[in-house]
Amino acid sequence: MRALFALLTVLLLAQPGQALESAPVRSPRATVTLLADTSAIVPGQPFRVALRQKLAAGWHTYWLNPGDAGQPPELTLDLPEGWSAGPLQFPAPQRIPFGPLVNFGYENEAVFLMEVTPPASLRPGETQRLQASADWLVCERVCIPEEGRFSLDLPVAVAAQPSSPVLFQSAEAALPRAGGFTARIGFDGSSGAISLEGPGLSPASLRDAFFFPLAQLLVENAAPQPLSTREGGLTLGLTRAAGPIPAEIEGIVAITDAAGVRGAYLVRATPGPVPDGEAAMPLWQAVLFAALGGLILNLMPCVFPILAMKAIAVSRLAGAARSVVRAHAASYTAGVVLSFLAIAGAMLGLRAAGAVAGWGFQFTSANFVGAMAWLMLAVGLNLSGVYAIGGPVSAGSGLAARGGNGGSFFAGVLAVLVATPCTAPFMAAAIGAALAMPPLATLLIFAAMGLGLALPYSLLGLFPGMARFLPRPGAWMERLKQFLAFPIYAAAVWLVWVVAQQAGPDGTLLILAGAVLVAMAAWALGLAQQGQAPRWFLGGAVLAMLAALALLPMLRTGGTGATASAQLGEPWSSARLETLRQEGRPVFVNLTAAWCISCKVNERVALDTTAVRAAFAAGDVAVLTGDWTNGDPAITALLRAHGRDGVPLYLLYPAQGGPPALLPQILTEGMVLQAITAATPRV
Amino acid sequence: MAKLTRRGAVLTASALFIPHALKAAPSIGNQAPDFALPDQDGTIRRLSDFRGRVVVLEWTNHDCPYVRKHYNSSNMQTLQRDAASRDVVWLTIASSPPGEQGHVTGPEAKALTESRNAAPAAVLLDHRSQAARAYSATTTPGMFVIDAQGRLRYMGAIDSIRSTRVEDVTRAEPFLRDAMIAVREGRQIERAVTPAYGCVIKYADA
Repeated sequence: MRALFALLTVLLLAQPGQALESAPVRSPRATVTLLADTSAIVPGQPFRVALRQKLAAGWHTYWLNPGDAGQPPELTLDLPEGWSAGPLQFPAPQRIPFGPLVNFGYENEAVFLMEVTPPASLRPGETQRLQASADWLVCERVCIPEEGRFSLDLPVAVAAQPSSPVLFQSAEAALPRAGGFTARIGFDGSSGAISLEGPGLSPASLRDAFFFPLAQLLVENAAPQPLSTREGGLTLGLTRAAGPIPAEIEGIVAITDAAGVRGAYLVRATPGPVPDGEAAMPLWQAVLFAALGGLILNLMPCVFPILAMKAIAVSRLAGAARSVVRAHAASYTAGVVLSFLAIAGAMLGLRAAGAVAGWGFQFTSANFVGAMAWLMLAVGLNLSGVYAIGGPVSAGSGLAARGGNGGSFFAGVLAVLVATPCTAPFMAAAIGAALAMPPLATLLIFAAMGLGLALPYSLLGLFPGMARFLPRPGAWMERLKQFLAFPIYAAAVWLVWVVAQQAGPDGTLLILAGAVLVAMAAWALGLAQQGQAPRWFLGGAVLAMLAALALLPMLRTGGTGATASAQLGEPWSSARLETLRQEGRPVFVNLTAAWCISCKVNERVALDTTAVRAAFAAGDVAVLTGDWTNGDPAITALLRAHGRDGVPLYLLYPAQGGPPALLPQILTEGMVLQAITAATPRV
Repeated sequence: MAKLTRRGAVLTASALFIPHALKAAPSIGNQAPDFALPDQDGTIRRLSDFRGRVVVLEWTNHDCPYVRKHYNSSNMQTLQRDAASRDVVWLTIASSPPGEQGHVTGPEAKALTESRNAAPAAVLLDHRSQAARAYSATTTPGMFVIDAQGRLRYMGAIDSIRSTRVEDVTRAEPFLRDAMIAVREGRQIERAVTPAYGCVIKYADA
């Protein structure tokens, strides 16, 4: 071994200038090398070395807190007098499950960094040999301790070029970042929570988060950490392990944003009371709020008419058999709950597919809102007596007849459909919490909301005797039915107003023209039903409806909605970019979105800083920000052109022309400054 | 009441979402979970059989480098003999299922004890990882000390230096030895829980 090492050293000496990566220490499990980030040592100037582990498939190494078993790697530099080195810096770990246990570590490749400061007394021209020893544990199903010695020969010079810049940049990006968020942490008995506050955190921007504590035995490594989110913050539920609680808790919170980009942030907090309050909402509380919210929905202007229709239906039941009342209550409840579950399922599906779907997401589509306005109009015309339809929207006709249960079911579906626009503002908190929870919890909360909405009617099913206290049916019912058309018309008016916001005057015109066609269809249908017109009127009704539907695809959404609100430079457009480039200016392009957390953190720690602003100004760099919050297709094309599916994307077009430099997705101030220097003409 | 409900909700939640989550780990001062496992000769041994005596549980996997460190240095054998001389029952438990590293049959366990000159009171075969689950054992070596009343008094590492180097054994603070003697002599333990180190235990599928 020693002989081999000597031989390697001779080989390395024979090829000066190529010694920036040491000879590898190889095993079937891992290939490990030591690298330097500089082509030469500048006396007194700190530089970095990296311990790089390339791991065979299935094998992993460990973070500082290895989790349920394992051991982090150690690197020891044999430093001569006058040299110093910082601590080994560990990239953010992954959870590596093993049976019922969980380890924290790395698969495929791990790069650990260490800063080294040489003495100022070194003389340019000489060569310094940097020697190091390392040991690491590498595990698959079994664990193997490995060790190795490494040697790097570095020339001493007055100036140096970066060496392996890509590797060091991505290694730096993989380190947890400091200063992103403020944290609170606390435990009460076996449960606890950690809560983060900071820019960019919101229910829509977060997909997943996990807390890796630095101390072992603080939290159960394998326990789930239920995530709840709110505007500007998130809370993770923790399960206490058997160890003591340190005076100061340190760790990493790894956050995956809605675009699927993972960032890791250093957190440090003195343990205090369990941070919940407005923050964490435990599952039972979210379920309770959801049920309560569902109940209150019955009083909302959009739902009230539907409920009123049901009230009429119920009054018909005053004399009906208990079993009939029960069956109707059950059908209605099932209609409501299943509709809520269907919406929750659709949202989870969209989420899984990577889209940003919030509650009421269907209301961001002007087509959907327009169609809902027409549906409201049709329901209103039905109540006004223009035409009659059994089942879904009838005010209780044929309830006792066969198929009446189906009618109750669809009344439930309808109630949910029209309820969604009302829920968006009132139930944002519970729904935000629901969407950030595991899928099963999300479904549970939506089901609770449905049960709440159906509660008045399902109570009737549980206590059919209550039907006796309802007023007797009579002529007043017809008048009430006709009156109830008006709140429905009001709902249609409101929906048209929403379309006006989304699609402007032209869109409003389309929807109103469609409304005329819908009214015409209802009139024709009514005449045909009463036998006062030839049968072909029915065909006319169908035609009018088809004509209305044909209008929908012509709607174009011109609305703006949320924006990234980034105030960096001017808005991006390809024309503006061309102009600036023709002026011979370097251009920095920042593609961002309101829901992109890593974008926000990058802006705060690496772009919108005094040093970077000064460097932009000094280099006469134009800054263009493209906002992808609403999925602008021009930006999508730009992302695709650079092989990306999402933001962030940072491009720095050099002053001299030519292709832009791509900056990493996780930025540091140093990287940006370095890139600016490279892109600006040397004066 | 509110607190109880919340804990209940958290428990329900974890039960719902992670069906294979570890059961609540045993805690210091509480009754240690009982078990019934065959030893190297096939005799069923229960923890409750040893009520009235101090018991040490040693989770093992003879091929794990961390376990080898303590057997190659004779540290483990010395501790086992020390236990015996103090009337402390030392039970070595192998929880690896068939096909996994560290799996042993009765005859293999006996051969290992002989070749390593070890001195446990018994080697228990936990092929279905039931005892490992009951104790939430995570690593080999992993150590537990149970007092004469059957209460758990210590859990964690064998000593203070997390490594596979034999030379570290003499430099390390002997956590397990200190805990075992303290419990035997009825004294308080300074650190009842320490972070266990070693190889991850290969659990049998539940």
